[in-house]
Amino acid sequence: MKKRSFPTRVEGVSKLTGKSKYIDDLKFPNMLHGVSVRSSVPRGKIKGVSFKPGIDWEKFTIVRASDIPGKNVIQVILDDQPCLASSHISHPGEVVLLLAGEDREEVLKARDYVELDIEASPGIFSIEDSLAKKEVVWGSDNIFKEYTITKGDVAKGISAGSQVIEGSYSTGAQEQLYIENHGVIAHASDDGSITVWGSLQCPYYVQQALREVFSLPPEKVRVVQTETGGGFGGKEDYPSIISSHAALLSYKSKRPVKMIYSRAEDMEVTTKRHPSMSHIKMAVDKKGKITGLDFEFFLDGGAYATLSSVVLSRGTIHAAGPYNIENVRVHSKAVATNHPPFGAFRGFGAPQSIFALERHMDVVAKKLGIDPVEFRKINVLKIGDTTATGQSIAEEPGYHELFSTVDELMDFSEKSKSFAIQNKKNPIVKKGIGLACFFHGAGFTGSGESYLASIVGLEATRDGQVVVKASSTEIGQGANTIFSQVASSALGISEQSVIVARPDTSNVPNSGPTVASRTTMVVGDLLEKAGSSLVSTLRTTGFLGEVYTEREFFEASGKYIDQFGSLKSYVQYKQPPGIKWDEENYQGDAYATYAWAVYAAEVSVNTLTYETKVDDFVAIQEVGHVMHPTLAEGQIEGGVAQGVGYALSEKVVWEEGLMKNSQMTNYIMHTSADVPDIRVYFEEKNQNYGPKGAKGIGELPMDGPAPAIINAVQNALGSAPHFIPMLPEDLMEFMEASSES
Amino acid sequence: MSHKEEFTLKINGETKVFLAHPMERLLDTIRSDENLTGTKEGCGEGECGACSVLVNGKLVNSCLIPISQVASSEIETIEGVANSESLAPIQKSFLENGGAQCGFCTPGMVLAAISLLRDNPAPNLEEVKTALSGNLCRCTGYKKIFESTLICSQMEDQQ
Repeated sequence: MKKRSFPTRVEGVSKLTGKSKYIDDLKFPNMLHGVSVRSSVPRGKIKGVSFKPGIDWEKFTIVRASDIPGKNVIQVILDDQPCLASSHISHPGEVVLLLAGEDREEVLKARDYVELDIEASPGIFSIEDSLAKKEVVWGSDNIFKEYTITKGDVAKGISAGSQVIEGSYSTGAQEQLYIENHGVIAHASDDGSITVWGSLQCPYYVQQALREVFSLPPEKVRVVQTETGGGFGGKEDYPSIISSHAALLSYKSKRPVKMIYSRAEDMEVTTKRHPSMSHIKMAVDKKGKITGLDFEFFLDGGAYATLSSVVLSRGTIHAAGPYNIENVRVHSKAVATNHPPFGAFRGFGAPQSIFALERHMDVVAKKLGIDPVEFRKINVLKIGDTTATGQSIAEEPGYHELFSTVDELMDFSEKSKSFAIQNKKNPIVKKGIGLACFFHGAGFTGSGESYLASIVGLEATRDGQVVVKASSTEIGQGANTIFSQVASSALGISEQSVIVARPDTSNVPNSGPTVASRTTMVVGDLLEKAGSSLVSTLRTTGFLGEVYTEREFFEASGKYIDQFGSLKSYVQYKQPPGIKWDEENYQGDAYATYAWAVYAAEVSVNTLTYETKVDDFVAIQEVGHVMHPTLAEGQIEGGVAQGVGYALSEKVVWEEGLMKNSQMTNYIMHTSADVPDIRVYFEEKNQNYGPKGAKGIGELPMDGPAPAIINAVQNALGSAPHFIPMLPEDLMEFMEASSES
Repeated sequence: MSHKEEFTLKINGETKVFLAHPMERLLDTIRSDENLTGTKEGCGEGECGACSVLVNGKLVNSCLIPISQVASSEIETIEGVANSESLAPIQKSFLENGGAQCGFCTPGMVLAAISLLRDNPAPNLEEVKTALSGNLCRCTGYKKIFESTLICSQMEDQQ
């Protein structure tokens, strides 16, 4: 058994005993149940709504767009998405009307008696059709956002290569599939204020959205996060919609309203990972050095702008990978279709472009006859090199060591050669090994953290505790535990004396959204500063000496509170000196720091059943200081499992913009019987940012598995698809097409 | 669901009488009638296992079982696993080994592990993987759940 000297999960006992209260576990007196009436067509004009006989409509609260007291928008970045559709439909499942009633079954039945008269018009459902403007479904050109990153002279770089190799790659949508569906309870009080309790990642995002819908000042809108059964990005922006809907029903009925989505509804209408398309042109000289990279990257954003511009930004910045390439152009667009809007999902655009680049690296290596690891070693970033945005790398990523570790752990280079011989003897099962080399920027992009200007607080209580105040949410990743570790260490008291306040906009400051691998690194760093500042206050007043025990700390804080009324320390984010970002030209320091990683997969491909099995998976990453090994490993293992699903099993089947396989029966995530062994290793070399030098890790593990696995398939078969997900039937089609050509 | 009948169930050792429609889901009896909200609903169609409980010692998805089918049975939910003083060994092992993250699949997962360890006190990894395969977890990638279960099986005071 491992020796453990780290605290156990703060809310672990209550989760393990079933005492934690998730949103559907709460019942309020006089509570109604709300449901959404949705469009079944992807695009069209709303002609009318009729309420068919057979239902006593007096018993139900009915909300339409005309009932909205403020603006009919869901505020994210642009204001293009209505809270309730009033004239046009832009995607299947778009909400036109809301119903609430005493009994959930009765409201669900009543929903079937509402008839929407919609004059359907043709929709578009692919990036190609959107780019070709087969129909213009958003703005004047279907383009939500476009970026270009330029480094050096790409035309020169391409012509400088002895070989130019092109390739096109695509990735599918992916459902977050948190086990707890979306849900909220809303209450509009007589004094005109709104309170929402719910399963969500970003309380202040929801507060902002509700303020627009109800035209209310912040003090009149309270958002409380209840225990949340997984998010992975899926509960970043969508809670603004379901919260607004429940709040409107409460506003009209004057009663609390609970809205809980069924699994099918959740899968059909809430956000998913953006499908992507990439075209890469790469020039390489005789020594294997990449001389030029021209990367065209596209995302399907769905019907409304939502977060697509930011997802595109991260995908664009990560497209050139952790390689030192003199001449780069990355050109990207997020385009509109009539799919329900795509949104945040762990990795946030990076897994898409990294898949394309890392697959292309293996395709190029094969074409040049170079070992794929050697090819990467020639090109990886070293300290002092610059990224595609011109960011000078201030720390040594240490890729050569990461590659050596992969070799030690898996016998990588030996196997990549010996499998070829072994495969000749085995006509059915072919073995392969492959890897991906990548980085992931921690925290918000560019000046994002400066704009957020997050605030974190610490407050000492009279009864001998210190309360952490932040809006960062615990969604399973361990934020509560990390915060209590950071605060206890900064204050010099035990973790048991630190209480992490429940995120509630009436009680905690805005520490920013729980996204972008930023909670430990950025918010944790503020917390560490708040702790030092609180201790320094106690020392300055003479209540606390240089060396102290926990008892002395609380005696001192008690004295301070007696004399001055309260003991608090609030700290706001300030950009570290030296970070420069040019938003206009996408040049400069895209992220304060990066996690550096090499992931490798060993696979068996059955050429009779076309099944691909991952036999071994190694995830090696340099992430700075590891705050809590068990939690950190849990993040990586969970992310890798999602990445394996992204590559091999999780396929959204679309029909006219609607997900057809909206069940856990036919949208396949890995069970315990399917998941490969996932071996996780941390390097802790560069400890320059974050509390005690801890860099962000939440999204990192989503980036590497898919390209590593498909590269392993290429090693096994000689060639492999340029797309994911690659289910057995997809591989079959690919192999049959390859053998024909 | 207007027609109602009386059903007697023993839940976590206590005998309870319910007036319910024969087709009422056991999940609703547990969550709504009995207010034992540790048992979760994740999909409502027997795929995710978040609603797992033990009926006469057997692991079932309570979203698929009508109350009439389990009349007079003994039901164990997550609330009955720990005693008031301390966690059961399996809960302690999940806590110490990172077996729970968001916690939503956790009650069902713990009951699935209990069910396995009662039948097979010293399972190997493959047996653990198979026994837990009806319970989906999106957070952990399962590895820490396997470790939690195996380490518990090696503890002396395992029940």
